[in-house]
Amino acid sequence: MAAAAASSCGGAGCGPHCSSSASAAAVEDAAAAAAEKVGRLSLSRECGKCGGGAAAVAVAGGLGLCGECFRANLLGKFKLAVTSNAMVRPTDSVLLAFSGGPASRVALQFIHEMRCKAIESWDVSNSQALPVFGVGVAFVDESVLCSKPRDEIEMAIEDIRSIVSSLSTGVKAMHIARLEDVFSTESEDGERRLREAVDMIGDDTGREDFLRCLRMLSLQKIAMENGYAKIMLGSCASAIACHVLSATVKGQGYSLPADVQYVDTRWEIPVVLPLRDCLAQELTLLCELDSLKTQQHLDRPSNGINSLVASFIKRLREENPSREHTIVRTAQKLKPFSFNKFSADGYHDFLPSRLRPKFQKFDSDESTFSEILCLMCGSPFSESELQNLESTKHKAQKKIDLYTAHCCQSCYFQILPAGENLNEHFFSLLPKLWTGKMDTISDSHSLLRDQIEEYLLEENDDGN
Amino acid sequence: MDSAVDGPRQPPARAGSRLCTRCGERKAALKRPKTLEQICRECFYVVFEDEIHQTIVDNNLFKPGDRVAIGASGGKDSTVLAYVLSELNRRHKYCLDLFLLSVDEGITGYRDDSLETVKRNEIQYGLPLKIVSYKDLYGWTMDDIVKAIGLKNNCTFCGVFRRQALDRGAALLKVDKIVTGHNADDIAETVLLNILRGDIARLSRCTFITTGEDGPIPRCKPFKYTYEKEIVMYAYFKKLDYFSTECIYSPNAYRGFAREFIKDLERMRPRAILDIIKSGENFRISTTTRMPEQGTCERCGYISSQKLCKACVLLDGLNRGLPKLGIGRTKGIAGGDGDCEQQATRSERNRSSLQGKHGNFDF
Repeated sequence: MAAAAASSCGGAGCGPHCSSSASAAAVEDAAAAAAEKVGRLSLSRECGKCGGGAAAVAVAGGLGLCGECFRANLLGKFKLAVTSNAMVRPTDSVLLAFSGGPASRVALQFIHEMRCKAIESWDVSNSQALPVFGVGVAFVDESVLCSKPRDEIEMAIEDIRSIVSSLSTGVKAMHIARLEDVFSTESEDGERRLREAVDMIGDDTGREDFLRCLRMLSLQKIAMENGYAKIMLGSCASAIACHVLSATVKGQGYSLPADVQYVDTRWEIPVVLPLRDCLAQELTLLCELDSLKTQQHLDRPSNGINSLVASFIKRLREENPSREHTIVRTAQKLKPFSFNKFSADGYHDFLPSRLRPKFQKFDSDESTFSEILCLMCGSPFSESELQNLESTKHKAQKKIDLYTAHCCQSCYFQILPAGENLNEHFFSLLPKLWTGKMDTISDSHSLLRDQIEEYLLEENDDGN
Repeated sequence: MDSAVDGPRQPPARAGSRLCTRCGERKAALKRPKTLEQICRECFYVVFEDEIHQTIVDNNLFKPGDRVAIGASGGKDSTVLAYVLSELNRRHKYCLDLFLLSVDEGITGYRDDSLETVKRNEIQYGLPLKIVSYKDLYGWTMDDIVKAIGLKNNCTFCGVFRRQALDRGAALLKVDKIVTGHNADDIAETVLLNILRGDIARLSRCTFITTGEDGPIPRCKPFKYTYEKEIVMYAYFKKLDYFSTECIYSPNAYRGFAREFIKDLERMRPRAILDIIKSGENFRISTTTRMPEQGTCERCGYISSQKLCKACVLLDGLNRGLPKLGIGRTKGIAGGDGDCEQQATRSERNRSSLQGKHGNFDF
């Protein structure tokens, strides 16, 4: 598609967004090139929203938008997600997980812009009523498992740093954490344990999912150690659609809704997903239009169920651009968990009064968090997993049995090594942040048993 | 149900080992698709049949004295189902009266040949056969329908008509249950398709092993956890007589995207098929989602959530010379011709990739 020459600024037909013919032409060329690069053509020449300029993007639903309206559309979705789900309070510090990819790059840009705007409002009001939320950025360095040359990795990480530092009104802090740090504070010991644990996992998909669990653990660790109240991920609708199918394929239909909501408070530090309604293609395009720098050289090649699902969805998307939204919408109709909303007393006090009634209702319906979560991936246990756990508790002879029973069926199958000895060694390698919880439960369990031991009759072991 | 042995946890196969891993006596003749165990033919028969028996017992599919119609197309699924159900009925004394029930869609060169197979099965298995035809029920054969509307969308007619025809045939036989040969691959595919289409109502019930318990005649799927490859393997070793040509009006029925995806998954991780079914069973639908209410068609009395059932709507269109009536949702005439063409093209393309085997599944 050839970009049409922009009309002269002096013309009566000029739209309000046309600042100069030169820059408009440049934007059009960039937009046209970008649109072609993502393999999509504009459906009309006019922006469906403001009526001016050449349409750059065909969004889902067939509406053509110019660059500015397209950007405003995405930013609007982001802000709506943040405000209508009370993701960020004025007193919060938010840790943004930045991978270098387009989605987290847009999230970084948008949360930064929201913060700048909040600061301006605060300055103008000249009041001490409400502070402005803080933003920190975290990057999890997984280069220890990367097969690329060290200097290439160093340059990529330096790019990550420069992207963050290039934002005006600098963020509170940039945290770069090595993945192996969750295993041990000693560098070599952590690296050894990480490598050893990963090498023990025989299933490609299991290895990928294990690393994903470690990534979340690493983010939690950074947030807890640095006083952050929230973790913001750049997960977009496309990534969530892939996750919906992947989880279904792994038998995780029960726990799947936990992972696709805007808010997830099952972790020590709540996790929020403000880009849940935006597509990867849209975010990639926005990065190109706005010249937002990304860094994707650290992406690891993937084979296994997750990549099979991704290529399947890619194929469906080519046939119907709305497919990803449909998948996410289907998952939205599944029942969320009690931890998929904020329910702490007084949490919504900072909200504007017009929004508060919506959350008051939820607060009164508050139900205590009673789910048992998988030791590694945090998935809520289904009925059959709970039954298995209960029966194991009663007859557990070793700590290893409790560890194993606290893993969901998916992690049990694709991550845990076969054989009891290997299993024991694998658990000995795992981060204390995971196994430490089990140790606490195990100790209290045996303490109770000691107290009543003299009254126990010999158990008859009729296997049911 | 989780009967799959964990693939990656299997000990490495001993080099040169050719004995069955189950009995340790006979030569291994196959690698079991569901679990990748190397077993002999006799053990394969045992595990295959016992798993189906266990499914029947665990789910209380039948009670003594039930009259049961087996939906018989002549294809591998229904042929194996008829054979296995006869065997289990005799061996475990279910005390069922079994019948074969076939639908003649009126597809020259395809259905007439497959029905010949069912007629042979009737003799081989000693099961009475009842055939109902579209011609008798609706006045139209599929040959006639395809002449009227072309190849596009004919699967929709066939799927809707067949489902109702099966129920009508069952009523004529006065049976208590209908069993169909839907296998694990079919059900896993349906779970995925309902996610992809956003069909939450169907998603909530597509994994039910028995459906229609509130209707005239319940339908059961004894092969719910049985892999398609194992059905083929069983038919092969038992030398069962079945018809395997694809429907001539739907030559690409087996090449939908979802089907292809499931085959790739199975190759990568055999238990994925059972895992998808388990996910489908574990989905909890939010109670705020409105489910369509069931009623009856005012014209023919069949179950319907609308005033007229789908079959009557389609039939009305055919009889009035407007066969496209009832196909998809027709939008208003607003918009130029170009828009209409684009929308038509888009909706056509939308349907093609998500067609399941033989058109839409309507569990």
